[in-house]
Amino acid sequence: MGGVKPVPSPAISADDRSHEVDHPSSQVAHFGADQPLRLDCGVDLSPFQIAYQTYGELNSDRSNAVLICHALTGDQHVANVHPVTGKSGWWETLVGPGRPLDPQHYFIICANVIGGCMGSTGPASVNPATGKVWGLDFPVITIPDMVRAQAMLIDRLGIDTLFAVVGGSMGGMQVLQWTAAYPKRVYSALAIACATRHSAQNIAFHELGRQAVMADPDWHNGRYTDQGIHPHRGLAVARMAAHITYLSDAALHRKFGRRMQDRELPTFSFDADFQVESYLRYQGSSFVERFDANSYLYLTRAMDYFDIAGDHGGVLAKAFAGIETRFCVVSFTSDWLFPTSESRALVHALNASSARVSFAEIETDRGHDAFLLDVPEFFDISRAFLQSAGKARGLTAKSD
Amino acid sequence: MSVQEVLPLNGLTAEQSGQFRADHLLVAEMVKPGSKVLDVGCGEGDLLQLLETRGIDGRGIELSREGVNRCVAKGLAVVQGDADTDLVNYPDDAFDYVILSQTLQATRQPRVVLENLLRIGRRAIVSFPNFGFWKMRLQLLIGGHMPRTENLPATWYDTANIHFCTIKDFVELCDAIGVKMERAEALDLYGRPLRLRLPWWVWNMFGEQGVFLLSRGGRK
Repeated sequence: MGGVKPVPSPAISADDRSHEVDHPSSQVAHFGADQPLRLDCGVDLSPFQIAYQTYGELNSDRSNAVLICHALTGDQHVANVHPVTGKSGWWETLVGPGRPLDPQHYFIICANVIGGCMGSTGPASVNPATGKVWGLDFPVITIPDMVRAQAMLIDRLGIDTLFAVVGGSMGGMQVLQWTAAYPKRVYSALAIACATRHSAQNIAFHELGRQAVMADPDWHNGRYTDQGIHPHRGLAVARMAAHITYLSDAALHRKFGRRMQDRELPTFSFDADFQVESYLRYQGSSFVERFDANSYLYLTRAMDYFDIAGDHGGVLAKAFAGIETRFCVVSFTSDWLFPTSESRALVHALNASSARVSFAEIETDRGHDAFLLDVPEFFDISRAFLQSAGKARGLTAKSD
Repeated sequence: MSVQEVLPLNGLTAEQSGQFRADHLLVAEMVKPGSKVLDVGCGEGDLLQLLETRGIDGRGIELSREGVNRCVAKGLAVVQGDADTDLVNYPDDAFDYVILSQTLQATRQPRVVLENLLRIGRRAIVSFPNFGFWKMRLQLLIGGHMPRTENLPATWYDTANIHFCTIKDFVELCDAIGVKMERAEALDLYGRPLRLRLPWWVWNMFGEQGVFLLSRGGRK
């Protein structure tokens, strides 16, 4: 991480973002009236579409497909230049030539979640019934809904069993939901920095973010698109608060300490005197350029509702009874959003189900965000887990 | 004292055998191929790797984070956990064998751990350093201080081993909780089994460690 830039990245036109919502540059799977998505809230969503990216080739026996599930503010652009921001893929540390998920060996799929704003149907999409943007008329979605939609995409791609489902944070929740809902379709599962339910503290942080969005007068009860505006101030505050939870005290101190931003002395004003303030403002302003405010409300809500044990009579182990999927669970010591205790509870439930599970806690001071960063021990573990699963699956992946 | 060499396991070349610890080879030989095994306190996964070469479905628990991460980086199914607190999470009959190799003496409640091993597994294989070994006795008797050996070099204030026992003590515990001993071996300082049919007191004196294959039920 070099010097902190005091100014936001070049403004991205709202048109670029809104174009990606309904007409993404990714591949798109359309599901018509004959294939509605049955949502947990009781609504049948139809028609709908899923935007997705793929890397590598599906092998002849269709056994090398890997599904990557993205986190709250991620999208399908795992390992390619982002069509809106122009930045490189968000998980190029893990996915790419010579990486643990090498497209030379695997057919890698990543889909924008339902409710997202990068091409899959969500609150920013146009409701075909009204010809207007859905806004808050979009039904509330859940993590199981996201996974159900992904399963329909996987069917469409002609894949029966996924070799691996991989994800961190909200992506990890989807990984676990995949194994609970479709155990026979998941050969191996790599669940990183996640939990089987959202904690009270995490719900509280999400509520803070949502209230910040809704308190912005530009939000207009979710109908801001009709006015041609975006509640960027509220969404930026939400992102700033959330971003703090992705880091750690130690990481913030190491990166910024109490250092001043381009000045020697305090200005005795509310300008961003400290580097950490400037950094957060940058995080907030760059986020609003690529993310829809309503989508943020819906996706945070989906995470809040997530509770696998709650869906299985309160007993987590029941969700995984008799499961044959090979699991690898990874947590990070300084992650206080999804602390190791959450992963341990998952591992205990998997043990109680006699599941085959590896569990590693990785020492780092980089907080929850560590799963997106260059942490060699995490890559070694991911690589070894996938290789050993590949060997058991009979994949002829050359070891590199 | 005559000894017999550990025979190479079926399916392993002599060269391959040489890569593994003698007590691990003995333990591996006690496990039927194709079975499902939990190795409690699996360290860096050497025994699990040996078992894997024999087509055994092995899982592990290890206390140290470094150990766990090395195991996982070898592709082994190992989780971070504590024999004293985490065995309760496993259901009855989850494994064909549960192995506790050189770990019993480091647990807080060896009796509870032993009972859990035989609840989770139909059989248990337990190995532990024998505190009745002649070198131990000699150091306490002549030297007047807590024994330290090649295999147990830690000082009394540094050691993780808080519940030492002798082979005789262990046999008495098995009797007390109704555990059946299917097979018992004592290994000398070099990990070689002592000759069978020697009386117990010889094992208790000259065995540096004991290795026991246990099952449920038996004498009360």
